[in-house]
Amino acid sequence: MRDRNISDLMAGTVPFWNDPDKRAIIYQILTLALVAMAAYYLISNTLANLERQNIATGFGFLQKESSFEIGESLIGYSASDTYARALWVGVLNTLKVSFIGVVVTVILGTIIGIARLSTNWLVSKLAGIYIEVMQDIPVLLQLFFWYAIFYENLPSPHRAMTPFAGVFLSNRGFMFPVPESHPAHRYMLLAFAAACIAAWALRRWARKRQARTGRIFPVIRANGCILLGLPILVWTLFGAPTQMDVPELSGFNFIGGVSLSPEFGALLLGLVLYTAAFVAEIVRAGIQSVSYGQREAAEALGLRPGMVLNLVILPQALRVIIPPLTSQMLNLTKNSSLAVAIGYPDFVSVANTTINQTGQAIEGVMLIMACYLCFSLLTSLFMNWYNKKMALVER
Amino acid sequence: MAVHPISDADAIKPPKTQTGVVGWMRQNLFNGVFNSILTVVILYILWKTVPPLIRWFFIDAVWTTASEACYAADGACWSVIYNNIRFILFGLYPHDLQWRPLAAIVLLIALLVYSRDRRRWRRSLLWTWLAGLFVMGLLMKGGLFGLENVDSTLWSGLPLTLLLSVFGMVAAYPLGVMLALGRRSRMPAIKSLCVVYIEMIRGVPLISLLFMSSVMFPLFLPEGLTINKILRAQIAIIMFTAAYIAEVVRGGLQAISRGQYEAAESLGLGFPQKMRLVILPQALKIVIPPTVGILVSAFKDTSLVVIIALYDLLKTTQSVLSNPKWMGFSSEAYIFIALIYFICCFSMSDYSRKLERELGAGERR
Repeated sequence: MRDRNISDLMAGTVPFWNDPDKRAIIYQILTLALVAMAAYYLISNTLANLERQNIATGFGFLQKESSFEIGESLIGYSASDTYARALWVGVLNTLKVSFIGVVVTVILGTIIGIARLSTNWLVSKLAGIYIEVMQDIPVLLQLFFWYAIFYENLPSPHRAMTPFAGVFLSNRGFMFPVPESHPAHRYMLLAFAAACIAAWALRRWARKRQARTGRIFPVIRANGCILLGLPILVWTLFGAPTQMDVPELSGFNFIGGVSLSPEFGALLLGLVLYTAAFVAEIVRAGIQSVSYGQREAAEALGLRPGMVLNLVILPQALRVIIPPLTSQMLNLTKNSSLAVAIGYPDFVSVANTTINQTGQAIEGVMLIMACYLCFSLLTSLFMNWYNKKMALVER
Repeated sequence: MAVHPISDADAIKPPKTQTGVVGWMRQNLFNGVFNSILTVVILYILWKTVPPLIRWFFIDAVWTTASEACYAADGACWSVIYNNIRFILFGLYPHDLQWRPLAAIVLLIALLVYSRDRRRWRRSLLWTWLAGLFVMGLLMKGGLFGLENVDSTLWSGLPLTLLLSVFGMVAAYPLGVMLALGRRSRMPAIKSLCVVYIEMIRGVPLISLLFMSSVMFPLFLPEGLTINKILRAQIAIIMFTAAYIAEVVRGGLQAISRGQYEAAESLGLGFPQKMRLVILPQALKIVIPPTVGILVSAFKDTSLVVIIALYDLLKTTQSVLSNPKWMGFSSEAYIFIALIYFICCFSMSDYSRKLERELGAGERR
């Protein structure tokens, strides 16, 4: 603004190359021209190269038959399906490992972060060593390490370890029984959804009543009963089916039950142990950021220890914890792309196979980038929403 | 308050249970029921796990034998390291010339140790570093002063890891500063270019950039022109690190008060002078600790070049392990290189903590 006033004052007396506003326009035009020229150069080279090497362009290949198998998939998939479906399988696998990883990491990281602050010397030191060691070793190396441990040290399916009846641990993965499918399960799921809504309504009502009358309703206990009780009630109404689908050895591998492959196990373990160290540091810093006076003030008001934590410490600590925590969760999702190195069929791994088969590198890399940019965008949308919700209401 | 009649200090020593080993244990290990149980449980777990691990690590381990003895041993097989150490560290580099990368690494470590002291941070140190990097490059590449020329496709192992991270950082730093300035610029075209670049790079995993470098870069170039594989990976690492440095530097720029900008402008300094003489020296100083953090993660991230089949430290180790003679001793080999990575990263993060204390002390005075 100030620049503009000066230029207005001296209009006509200053040559244009000394006028900051006009100079800014010239700089921008020059930069844009440079970028456009570079882009034109690269694109024209690329087009010429593609034509010379007879590589097809465009996303037409997505509808072609993929003709490669994928080791594990959440949806039905075979080699005769299209590339698009193969890539979708990859996206789901990435989401699967990221989702489970995020949940376990937050729990483990919180425990370690609190342990680091423990007054128990042994606990605090062990947590400190864990954090330091895990942060300073590349996550890829950790993945290779766990994969090697699983692959080299676990027995073959014939000599699988069985820690509990029906549970098998071998170099083909971790197999465990699941309840055999029964119509009751669908209704139990519905009952659980209904219970969630009921719990939410109850919490709302309890809060309103507390604001109106000051009487406290035991929300947590009541909601626990609802969430657990309703599905169990439905289960008993259906005659309490207990039939289990137990994995059995047949030929060289197990059939039945649910199996987690060693690739998935190594990826999950490596990502969780690595990211938990960073989460622990974030949790520690967050809790330390709440000044001790807050705790003393809450105690002076006569709040019980649980309430001090729930009503005073955590709301303030979470404001500090959540933003870096989200970026760690995003890091975990991005690091799950290292699955390609140990052979877990995540999105990058499937896209890499697609690139190798079709030769359409540009489209493949663009798909990978677009997919992860989507994840980042969704995360930052969530972050903005959360920051707005949690922002300190100032006078 | 009653005044104590005893003047002798010895007479009012604290009780035995509050001092010495017993007092320390009461305070730090057995304060309260929960902590006491926790301590006992952890001691029990340590008692069960540590001795077998120590036995595996040291007592039952074999150190310098051939691979056959390893299969017979109960403990760790450190022979896999002993027998292949030169390949793990230097990879495909010609066997007789491996003193050259070794000398380059020693030079790098000497320079790093020399620069630890902040009192030595002068302009001359910058020139020393540039000269040092040149000598290191010369030692690796050869072709001058009677040194035999070594093709860069043979560079591998630890020197490659260090090369990718050191040159990655050196080149990414100025680029990152420029991007940060661009992002704070008032010119909309430049600002949006920088924002798009930074956010795009930070939104994708490094592996996708490495794929881009290995499969897309060759298509970008005119026919007949090719770039070396290492250089392509290096460009991807620089592009990636620069975006992260830009965000860190932007934090530093935002922390400088408006008064500093205005003071510089009222002195009549133009943009380059204002930045070079007033703003950047302060902003970059604030962000030294997080910058070291970026350096640590850039160092760890160089291990990803394994995926595009460059022979860095991790890849040379893996190719030793793919030798049938040494199959099945992955844990030992991985623990060894984890130790190398740990030492490098720990000394960097330890140094950054030391710097943070020193710089913080300056602020508090």
